[in-house]
Amino acid sequence: MTTADAFETPDLMLALPEIWLLAMACLVLVVDLFSKDRDHTPAFWLTQFALVSTAVITINLQWGVDATTFSGTYVADDFGTILKVAALGLGFLGFAYSRDYMRDRGLLTGEFYMLSLFAMLGMLVTISAHNLLTLYLGVELMSLCFYALVAMDRDSPRASEAAMKYFVLGALASGMLLYGMSMLYGTTGSLDLATIREAAATLEDNRILFLFGLVFMVVGVAFKFGAVPFHMWVPDVYHGAPTPVTLMIATASKVAAVGLFLRLIGEGLEPLIADWQQMIVILAVLSLLVGNTVALVQTNIKRMLAYSTFNHMGFILMGLLAGAPGGYGAAVFYAVTYAMTVAAAFGVVLLLSQKNFEADQLTDFKGLNERSPLYAFIMLLLMISLTGIPGTVGFYAKWLVLKATVEAGFVWLAVLAVAGAVVGAFYYLRIVRLMYFDKPEGAGPQPSGSGGFRAVLTLNGLAVLALGIFPGALVAICMAAFAP
Amino acid sequence: MIGLSHYLVLGALLFALGMAGIFLNRKNAIVLLMSIELILLAVNFNFIGFSTFMGDLAGQVFVFFILTVAAAESAIGLAIMVALFRNRNSIDVADLDTMKG
Repeated sequence: MTTADAFETPDLMLALPEIWLLAMACLVLVVDLFSKDRDHTPAFWLTQFALVSTAVITINLQWGVDATTFSGTYVADDFGTILKVAALGLGFLGFAYSRDYMRDRGLLTGEFYMLSLFAMLGMLVTISAHNLLTLYLGVELMSLCFYALVAMDRDSPRASEAAMKYFVLGALASGMLLYGMSMLYGTTGSLDLATIREAAATLEDNRILFLFGLVFMVVGVAFKFGAVPFHMWVPDVYHGAPTPVTLMIATASKVAAVGLFLRLIGEGLEPLIADWQQMIVILAVLSLLVGNTVALVQTNIKRMLAYSTFNHMGFILMGLLAGAPGGYGAAVFYAVTYAMTVAAAFGVVLLLSQKNFEADQLTDFKGLNERSPLYAFIMLLLMISLTGIPGTVGFYAKWLVLKATVEAGFVWLAVLAVAGAVVGAFYYLRIVRLMYFDKPEGAGPQPSGSGGFRAVLTLNGLAVLALGIFPGALVAICMAAFAP
Repeated sequence: MIGLSHYLVLGALLFALGMAGIFLNRKNAIVLLMSIELILLAVNFNFIGFSTFMGDLAGQVFVFFILTVAAAESAIGLAIMVALFRNRNSIDVADLDTMKG
């Protein structure tokens, strides 16, 4: 490490978003400790303030910048800014939706806010990492917080089983990632991603060892993505975890996984694109096939969304493997808009859940239109957006990814993905049928929740429609971030 | 003379042993924690080996971080295991099958 020879004072201002979020997380911990409020109201508002202020700081300090600090271990750039703001925004939605649910189940504690904030911090560090060490620490900070969050409902056998599975497979994935990193370090002699990139372009006799490490790292990243065939944990964790935690894992952590991929494989190993492209193609094809077929037979909406995640991960991987600026921009756009849509879908599940009742069966959505036309309409928007019907944002996301895939020369993959989307329409539109054309069994769950929750959920749902009609600005931002 | 390749082979063996422990173990969940630890230690062997033979300290610094994270990981893993045991009076891996589909 040449930069370590002379110690330079790091530019702390550049890393202010992470430093600020860390300080705020500690503040939430202390304030909650001394607050006597049974609903943890101060912690809730402080957490929301922390997320919004961190997003504002990130945009002000890091958009349009391309600089490293802390001896090259931290980088601030455009696509990092997009992913960070998206992750923070998804966290904001998650907290807004989860308050009533957690309170009804006695899970609304200061630790929930604290662990989630530290998970967010881990995501931000992952997205801004420019060194294998910071990358690893960011991923681990995020994962360790999520293991604990999944197990938060201590009296639920299902939650602890899900946490155990998540923990073992997550730790295994970290082990794989680390083993790959050790091979990279051995062949290039550096942990710095820029140095590794230079070394990767001029590989000679070390090539085999380097590719050996690359395989392990792709496997580790695929685990974190939840891409088939490294997906075994996803359905059980989605199903077993408390729904607000499922929401966080399904949304913000996917955005962080895209950041992990872009930093480690997209940026650091860019010269070897011909080698990793083939592996990602296999992951994408398997994800598209397995996701759609197994989602068809699910009766639990959390499990159904888990299996349909694979289909969407397949799309994101297609964008990522296209490699060119267009492909990365499309993948980021897809990840951000997909996460936003799924956040609202889990929001509706949380809205229908009541004390001692989980609205997680598909039959709970029967006749929702009669009980709540507004939220039936929002669920309709979300489902057609996930299907990819024009007019909603899901269509543009799919279209951009398919365009990039075709331009990269994978026409057959694009055809397979479209066929998969048609199959996917079946199980998404089944929910629409249940809501509008079926009669509920008994009274059916009524929408509950505070006014703030309903307002945010409504805006979130309408944003899916608004972005579908006017996608131009967000597309331009995502594409500009990768423009050479 | 012990060379770099000896360290790497030892690391690979430990790694494979950890993997086998996770996938073959059908009984006790504690063995899973031990296997995870073994995998991380295998990685540490690699890092220290490379670091020593290249005369570069960064790898050894990395090992300190891995050790620290591994300790935190074990703590969380054991805590989850306690929660699991309280709920179902068993930590058999074969019993972790209530969710299907």
